[in-house]
Amino acid sequence: MYSEKVMDHFQNPRNVGEIENASGMGTVGNAKCGDIMRIYLDIDENHVIRDVKFKTFGCGAAVATSSMATELVKGKTIEEAMQVTNKAVCEALDGLPPVKIHCSLLAEEAIHAALWDYAEKNNIVIEGLEKPKTDIGEEEIEEEY
Amino acid sequence: MRRIYLDHAATTKTRKEAVEAMLPYFTEHYANPSAVYSFAGEAKKGLDESRKTIADILGAKPEEIYFTGGGTESDNWALLAAADAYEQKGKHIITTKIEHHAILHTCAYLEKKGFEVTYLDVDEFGLVNPEDVEKAVRPDTILISVMFANNEIGTVEPVKEIGAIAKNHGVLFHTDAVQAFAHIPINVDEMNIDMLSASGHKFYGPNGVGFLYIRKGVKIRSYMHGGAQERKRRAGTSNTPGIVGMGTAAKLAASEMERESERQCRLRDYLIGRVLKEIPYSRLNGDPKRRLPNNVNFCFRFIEGESMLINLDLAGICASSGSACTSGSLDPSHVLLAIGLPHEIAHGSLRLTIGDETTQEDLDYVADQLVKIVGNLRNMSPLYEDFMKKNGKK
Repeated sequence: MYSEKVMDHFQNPRNVGEIENASGMGTVGNAKCGDIMRIYLDIDENHVIRDVKFKTFGCGAAVATSSMATELVKGKTIEEAMQVTNKAVCEALDGLPPVKIHCSLLAEEAIHAALWDYAEKNNIVIEGLEKPKTDIGEEEIEEEY
Repeated sequence: MRRIYLDHAATTKTRKEAVEAMLPYFTEHYANPSAVYSFAGEAKKGLDESRKTIADILGAKPEEIYFTGGGTESDNWALLAAADAYEQKGKHIITTKIEHHAILHTCAYLEKKGFEVTYLDVDEFGLVNPEDVEKAVRPDTILISVMFANNEIGTVEPVKEIGAIAKNHGVLFHTDAVQAFAHIPINVDEMNIDMLSASGHKFYGPNGVGFLYIRKGVKIRSYMHGGAQERKRRAGTSNTPGIVGMGTAAKLAASEMERESERQCRLRDYLIGRVLKEIPYSRLNGDPKRRLPNNVNFCFRFIEGESMLINLDLAGICASSGSACTSGSLDPSHVLLAIGLPHEIAHGSLRLTIGDETTQEDLDYVADQLVKIVGNLRNMSPLYEDFMKKNGKK
């Protein structure tokens, strides 16, 4: 069902983790639908993404698109990172099954959400960047086992 | 690579004896059993023997067993034909929220045709309360359909109590026993069952063959129109090899039932014990005791089912999940939602259904792999990260 590239990124996800005091952090998706992505960015004074980490709750495609998206923005300037679209993520993975295309959209949104956070913290405007639409909100799981 | 098949609720391997019993019916006794010539005798005999075997297991009469193309057809037939036959009496049907889609989607179709359907709630273990059935019965109720055992969480329903209520009110009682027949004891008279659906490939018989038990006197008619097969109630040339294979598998399953169900219950409880003990924030779905011998169903918090299934597959383990991602919709399993699980937890479900070849060693391997896989996915999960931070565990 998945391409070799997707399986590779699922089995060996790149850049999993967190960044302490990240320059920007964004979380998109919601647990109700089964996908949440969180991206941490470490951006230097020249607006270059020095490091990027992710955490994802979701299916194989969600993990693989997160991993690929981090690879595509790492070492890039903010402007270059803005060019990383869901289509680019998809193509880099040699395609996704039609029902999984929304996962690549989520990856693009997660990058944008982290950049938005960075822009807000630093009081700058990133051209073409809109306020992230989706957020995980405050859906708390209170059940105990 | 080692393969451990733990999806026996989806389908089973056709057992050797069944395949061997079927083979002559392809190449030697291939005559159409409806034919007049004596050459058709062996084929006819094959059908009769299977019919009798299945009837005996259920405590039914052979002429009450009608062969079909499988569980879905049996469910569709029972509901559609009962609705058709008893429409004059009323247009109300009672079923539950946790039925298989073969029942739920047929009910939805009947609703479009003007029938009214009551979908009963279940408790946190997936059990239907017979009192709720009693309360739902109305003068215009024509049919109660409650599954014998649930295909996802394995809960065995109080069928006997529900059958008694149906009988008391003079309402037809159908049960979808696809997961239960030839696995646990069923007696149609003791349980007041009027119709019962089953499918060959769930008990080591072949695919594409099943049956519907219809109690004598139940006036439902054919919904497959054509020839006079199956006492004019189910047209279509008999699938002789399939029926013989199903009969053989049923006979063997019935003779091994006591020993095999005891063995599977022991394995089932062993796996449940290990996983709940070794994986934190995990839970068992379904009733711990009133449960099919082969069914194990967990939820693991903070992770998603499909990514678990892929990892298990990479370790050679075949399993299934009620996560939305595996169903192609945004909603997780209707059964897990019906037992009260929030969406985010239902997404992390895993069903493992053991079978005749499963060993304790297999399950040890599975438990070891699960500990690793769940741990890895949690390390990648933003939900787990938030939970740990919130609870000061990091």
